Amino acid sequence: MTLPPTPGQTIGPFFGFALPYARDSALVPPTAPGAIRLHGHVYDGAGDPVPDALVELWQAGQDGVVPQEPGSLHRDGYTFTGWGRAATDRAGHYGFSTVAPGATRDGEAPYLAVTVFARGLLDRLFTRAYLPGDDGALAADPLLASMPPERRHTLVARPDNHGFVFDVRLQGEGETVFLHHERH
Amino acid sequence: MTDTVASSDAAPPTQAQITAEISAIGREGAGSGEPGQQPRLDYPPYRSSLLRHPTQGLHQVDPEGIDLWAPVFGDRDVDPLEADLTVQHRGEPIGERAVVTGRVLDGDGRPVRHQLVEIWQANAGGRYIHQRDQHPAAIDPNFTGVGRCLTDADGWYSFTTIKPGPYPWRNHRNAWRPAHIHFSLFGRELTQRLITQMYFPGDPLFELDPIYQAITDPAARDRLVARYDHDVTQPEWATGYRWDIVLAGGHRTPTEGNGA
Repeated sequence: MTLPPTPGQTIGPFFGFALPYARDSALVPPTAPGAIRLHGHVYDGAGDPVPDALVELWQAGQDGVVPQEPGSLHRDGYTFTGWGRAATDRAGHYGFSTVAPGATRDGEAPYLAVTVFARGLLDRLFTRAYLPGDDGALAADPLLASMPPERRHTLVARPDNHGFVFDVRLQGEGETVFLHHERH
Repeated sequence: MTDTVASSDAAPPTQAQITAEISAIGREGAGSGEPGQQPRLDYPPYRSSLLRHPTQGLHQVDPEGIDLWAPVFGDRDVDPLEADLTVQHRGEPIGERAVVTGRVLDGDGRPVRHQLVEIWQANAGGRYIHQRDQHPAAIDPNFTGVGRCLTDADGWYSFTTIKPGPYPWRNHRNAWRPAHIHFSLFGRELTQRLITQMYFPGDPLFELDPIYQAITDPAARDRLVARYDHDVTQPEWATGYRWDIVLAGGHRTPTEGNGA
């Protein structure tokens, strides 16, 4: 039996009173050992920041283990759940405090799964934020290898003082590569 | 501006113009033999989509690693009272009390168990508790319009709420959204993540609404419409609506972690 899927719809303009919650973007407290900042802007096709987008992160821990612990909404400050969300601010900026994920398999280039929602965006978009540092692993990554070389950089965060910057460009020059997952 | 070329400075389009655009895209979809099961990201009748849709095709990828898992939520995350949007304040909210319930299933019909469902909506007058909502309808001090719950072991969710009103927006002149409740859902895999909108049956605004119509397959968009269910209706208390949700794209078996 295969049931037809329920279609998506835009998150709309008014999610800000509903979906954000206390410490939603703090997968670990910013002061935790090993904490990094992953942040950036969401831009539209005119290069303008998108102030009504929602970005969600989903990732493995530093040890490469995928968390299956509840508590993302509770946020006790000690439990690493691997998931968080951050609404963009008036300047189209979002930010998370988290840890750098480890590889979930030998040889994998670690990445954070990023989901993007916005007013004006009729369905969610999936992408990945790879962390720089291991050029060999990035070069061997099957997904990065499968896309035109000039677009690969859109999925690789760049380092800054506190962690990494990952900008999302919904359209146009430097458009982020968005993903469609094959059904098995 | 006196020219007739559409631009952001021009007079806003009329409903007739938007409806004509919707019809033209619908005919094109019907002719292609591949009507859209999902909304078109590039859907000009919804003007806000113009600069916010990717122009490159989505890149095909085999889900791997973290993609094959989803975050887990539990009793610490959600208070059972959050499923009743009518008890969050001191008094009773104004409007038609309604129970909205259904099952969250994967594409194989298996229940999505113990997973988070979030909703948000306007009040009975079509007003959101959001500072950017300028619709001059009354705010109801007894209604916020935000709810959460976890599905049960059979994938059921249930909310008690107030039927939201339609509300005006500025996509075009005299634009009104059909009454809807926003739903946010998680499956067993990241790839099943879904945010969508549930509508109420028989709404006369459906054919006029470029967000609903962005799903060009009529059967697919009809899956966003709840049905009135008198078995859900509670005597002298609330009308009942049934809406099931299918999160397609899952690959992993549902037995891990919950002993099913």
